[in-house]
Amino acid sequence: MGLTRDDVARLADLARIELTPDELAHLAPQIDVIVEAVAGVAEVKDDDIPPLAHPLGVVNVRRADQALPTDWQALRPVLEQDAPAWQDDRFRVPRILEEEE
Amino acid sequence: MMNDLMDFDEVLARFEPVIGLEVHVELSTASKMWCGCSTTAGAEPNTHVCPVCLGLPGSLPVVNQSAIEAAIRIGLMLNCSIASWCRFARKNYFYPDMTKDYQISQYDEPIAFDGTVTIDVGGEPFTVPIERAHMEEDAGKLTHIGGSGRIQDADYSLADYNRAGVPLIEIVTKPVTGAGARAPEVARAYMEFLRDAVKALGVSDARLERGNMRCDVNVSLMPIGSEVLGTRSETKNVNSLRTVEESVRYEMRRQGAILAAGGRVKQETRHWNEAGYTTPGRSKEEAEDYRYFPEPDLVPVAPDAAWVEQLRESLPENPVSRRSRLRAAWGLADREFDDVVGVDGALDLIDATVAAGASPAGARKWWMGELARRANEQGCGLDELTITPKQVAEIQDLVETGALTDRLAREVFDGVLGGEGTPAQVIEARGLAVVSDDGALAEAVQAVLAANPDIVAKIRDGKTAAAGALIGQVMGRLQGKADAARVRELIMEACA
Ligand SMILES: [Zn+2]
Repeated sequence: MGLTRDDVARLADLARIELTPDELAHLAPQIDVIVEAVAGVAEVKDDDIPPLAHPLGVVNVRRADQALPTDWQALRPVLEQDAPAWQDDRFRVPRILEEEE
Repeated sequence: MMNDLMDFDEVLARFEPVIGLEVHVELSTASKMWCGCSTTAGAEPNTHVCPVCLGLPGSLPVVNQSAIEAAIRIGLMLNCSIASWCRFARKNYFYPDMTKDYQISQYDEPIAFDGTVTIDVGGEPFTVPIERAHMEEDAGKLTHIGGSGRIQDADYSLADYNRAGVPLIEIVTKPVTGAGARAPEVARAYMEFLRDAVKALGVSDARLERGNMRCDVNVSLMPIGSEVLGTRSETKNVNSLRTVEESVRYEMRRQGAILAAGGRVKQETRHWNEAGYTTPGRSKEEAEDYRYFPEPDLVPVAPDAAWVEQLRESLPENPVSRRSRLRAAWGLADREFDDVVGVDGALDLIDATVAAGASPAGARKWWMGELARRANEQGCGLDELTITPKQVAEIQDLVETGALTDRLAREVFDGVLGGEGTPAQVIEARGLAVVSDDGALAEAVQAVLAANPDIVAKIRDGKTAAAGALIGQVMGRLQGKADAARVRELIMEACA
């Protein structure tokens, strides 16, 4: 399959996971093994097998457009607890962008 | 931050502009795309949220039937093919406007694709090729706190997820070529067409100023004679018809200056500033890799062909043909008609008022004059005034039959808009009917004539213009509740 160390470094970057060079050296070969195991699926002759979009094999599961009362009061303490910080009824998140240039 | 700009005519002499428009339309469904949370704007922060739209573990999205129907109808209006089977996809990105760290969208299987629309650009038809229309969800709203309030120097940001998960349809054109000098107007006319189309379909409030429709404008320049597309810039979140036009013109001139100086246009995201220029956005965005993959929590959408045909048959009239039909039928001056088209909702309201029996000129007069002024004062849309087209038609009818003067009609509008009831109830309660009893009129006329013998003498000498002063006095005595033409008649009779 050949997932290179650079590929893994890029994936880590996209996933916002900080890896040290040591961790990268340790993990990249392992991830390659996992991907290779899954890649076996692609070897199966599939000319007459329709692609499976969903394990249940159903389509068109929909709900009617109806606004339902939301129990946000019950949810609120959970959110406040899980949020990095909470202020003025909103999630408070750290500064998003660094100053440009 | 000022850029060098090339003269617009010089740009056209050397380059062919190519534009591409990506328009997000927020649907006016009652509930969100994947959950039953309300979509009503203006609620307290984070009160229209649930485990699904916050992406909490264990929650499962289920697609909104009305959103699928709206997407298909929009696709049909754009003469697109409708997918017989398509899936949703996860677009992964890290930005706190979504709690999930991904947005559910569609990637290589849009519900609608390969369409064309013929729009009206200053009276000339122009065909815009459509790439696709796909379904996705809106993100939450971030408020940047500290510094100047801009994202770059904020200390932190506050996130409200009431809007997260509200259904959006993204409509993407193919590269539009051949517009030449009309490219800015084409962009504007296309946006106007989409606004009118989604409004006619009844699937969106389509108010640009409220962000119901947002446009990303792609512009590139191709040297005349070349067939290779130039590097494009993408100006994000252009939110009015005027600025869609201005941003295309601006980018043409900016890129023209760069290319003429031997430079290269950077492929980048730019921001439109209300002062009339664009500035570069985050340079990181170019390199963004969204790692799309099929959304495992949702099953495919496979619209039944017979249902799609049924939706096709029930499409409303195309906005372009409707407009030319009404232009011909109403007989308004071209400028008057163009003004109507330029005001959100005015065409529909005047159409409904005419349908309720008013003359087009009468209907236009109130909606574009008195009522537009009041909507402006209240800071609301014309169609949000608490008066119906039928009521306006009623009032105009009373004016035409002489039962109300324009001045009295304005008082009736006051009453109806102030919640005092129907026009009839307001007229009754405020005693606004014109004095049509000739006895009362004659009495007022006699009194005024007796008090002004010098003016009467002038009129008898043939200076009929002098009658104006007397008409004013009679109207004053009757608190304006008389038909001025009838008063003039009575005065002239008495002076004969
Ligand atoms: Zn929800």
